[in-house]
Amino acid sequence: MLNLSGISKTFNQGTPNEKKALTGLSLHLKPGDFATIVGSNGAGKSTLFNAIAGSFYVDSGRIELGGKDITFAPEYRRASQIGRLFQDPLKGTAPHMTIEENMSLAYLRTTKGKTGFFSRIGKKDRAFFQEQLSQLEMGLENRMGQPVGLLSGGQRQALTLLMATMVPPQLLLLDEHTAALDPATAEKVLEITKQVVAKHQITTLMVTHNMHQALDLGNRTLMMDAGHIVFDVQGEERDSLTVEDLLQKFHQGAGKELDNDRILLS
Amino acid sequence: MLSMTALQTALEMGAIYSLVALALFISFSILNIADLSTDGCYTLGFAVGATVTLAGHPFLALPAAMAAGACSGFVTAFLQTKLGVESILAGIIVNTGLYTVNLAVMGWSSNLSIVKADTLLTIAKGLSDSTFWKDWYTLIVLSAILLVMALFVTFFFRTRLGLSIRATGDNVDMVRASSINPAFTITVGLCISNALTGLAGCLVGLVQKSCDINLGTGMVTIALASLIIGETLFGRGSIGVRIFGVVVGSCIYRLIMAVALKLEVPTECFKLVAALIVAVAIASPQGRKLIAIQRQKFLARKGAKEKC
Repeated sequence: MLNLSGISKTFNQGTPNEKKALTGLSLHLKPGDFATIVGSNGAGKSTLFNAIAGSFYVDSGRIELGGKDITFAPEYRRASQIGRLFQDPLKGTAPHMTIEENMSLAYLRTTKGKTGFFSRIGKKDRAFFQEQLSQLEMGLENRMGQPVGLLSGGQRQALTLLMATMVPPQLLLLDEHTAALDPATAEKVLEITKQVVAKHQITTLMVTHNMHQALDLGNRTLMMDAGHIVFDVQGEERDSLTVEDLLQKFHQGAGKELDNDRILLS
Repeated sequence: MLSMTALQTALEMGAIYSLVALALFISFSILNIADLSTDGCYTLGFAVGATVTLAGHPFLALPAAMAAGACSGFVTAFLQTKLGVESILAGIIVNTGLYTVNLAVMGWSSNLSIVKADTLLTIAKGLSDSTFWKDWYTLIVLSAILLVMALFVTFFFRTRLGLSIRATGDNVDMVRASSINPAFTITVGLCISNALTGLAGCLVGLVQKSCDINLGTGMVTIALASLIIGETLFGRGSIGVRIFGVVVGSCIYRLIMAVALKLEVPTECFKLVAALIVAVAIASPQGRKLIAIQRQKFLARKGAKEKC
């Protein structure tokens, strides 16, 4: 599904601030793969997501999604195939627009081509939104006319997740999307994430700082350091791994201890 | 306090200024862009409308003025989306350039009169002979045009494209991550906004029959005042309510000016009056907050004293 071959990116090239963010990273995800990513501070996890989503173009290498070369496709073009959630719950929704308007936007953009510029939301669509919202079990289905700015961070993140997956994308990028939420809400959003991804078999990449999550969620774990993948495990080998093993593996792959001030071992 | 004619004129001008306020509603409130090309664009609408009318096409004047406005909006949008010019600067640059363009359209003369030509309004006047129609036809025609435009804008902002434009001003990160090209939505928004400004310029020319190159000076301030009076009174409800607020705000602004005229404020001072109204209108929500805080403090202190 997703095919990255030897992608590299250097910021501020030729200046004292030069930063090699990605160094010849290759990765192949099969359809339906759900991979978690852990790594040190500045290992390039977010840079990797930005490269895939198209926030910048890579210096070298190729990015393919669903068999199409998207290396130089602009960000907004890729976005019709890629759903993305940020750590900041405020980033994914428009605060002064109502829940219904936000959902309409997400819905209408994914049905682009089938609908014209002047298409509007009808009764049937509204009922569909309501049904989707009720699955979150947050009571949002009765608040569709309220501006999204009134919702809590957890509710906004759940709504963003719903909007990103209402029409399933080819690839879902989750950039620590539960890190800014309180533990109970984070658990809830994570639960919804699991359900949605499993239901639509969406190919997913998720950055996390929680080592247990890294092993429990999905079917594959990737560890990053210095701009490339140092350890990649799946299948039976992954099932038998403990958090200690994982740290050990990182040491072997990167030649140093996992250095991350936000890591959660328990 | 106000005579019937003064009230009528205030409402006529209110209807015209509503269109400019509506334009700023799109650029300033929705897209979050301060579009300072409004002054020049307003004059451009007059220049194009009057020239087309003089050429013997009274009905073509309105669409021509709107198209000219849209072109001006396109240039402003192009400068900021493709060439990376700061949005305020883009407006100022276009505004400066438009001065020459406007002179050129007006045949290199600094004023233009359409007193003798058949205009949309003189044709409308001839539709009926009743005295009521003769007295009120200008206001009726202007209100009808305003109504059509307000309904169009209300409808438009509920379509997919309209929602995308609103989201662009609200959260540009989200828009980019939603497969919408922000450069495109900003361009469409500014084209529609400036088309409305151009239309307003054309209409004011038809009503006043003769205008000069400085017609649009200060327009941005006036429209902003109307917009903010409307938003202060009607809050940030649904799009329909907000657009209604813009129209009411424009009429209130014109009424205040009419009262100022009645109180024999010298015409030289009008710009100062306008600036004061804008400042008061913009400051009033903050002022209300300050008063509320002071009252809360006062009550808290009083409560503390009583306990003692």
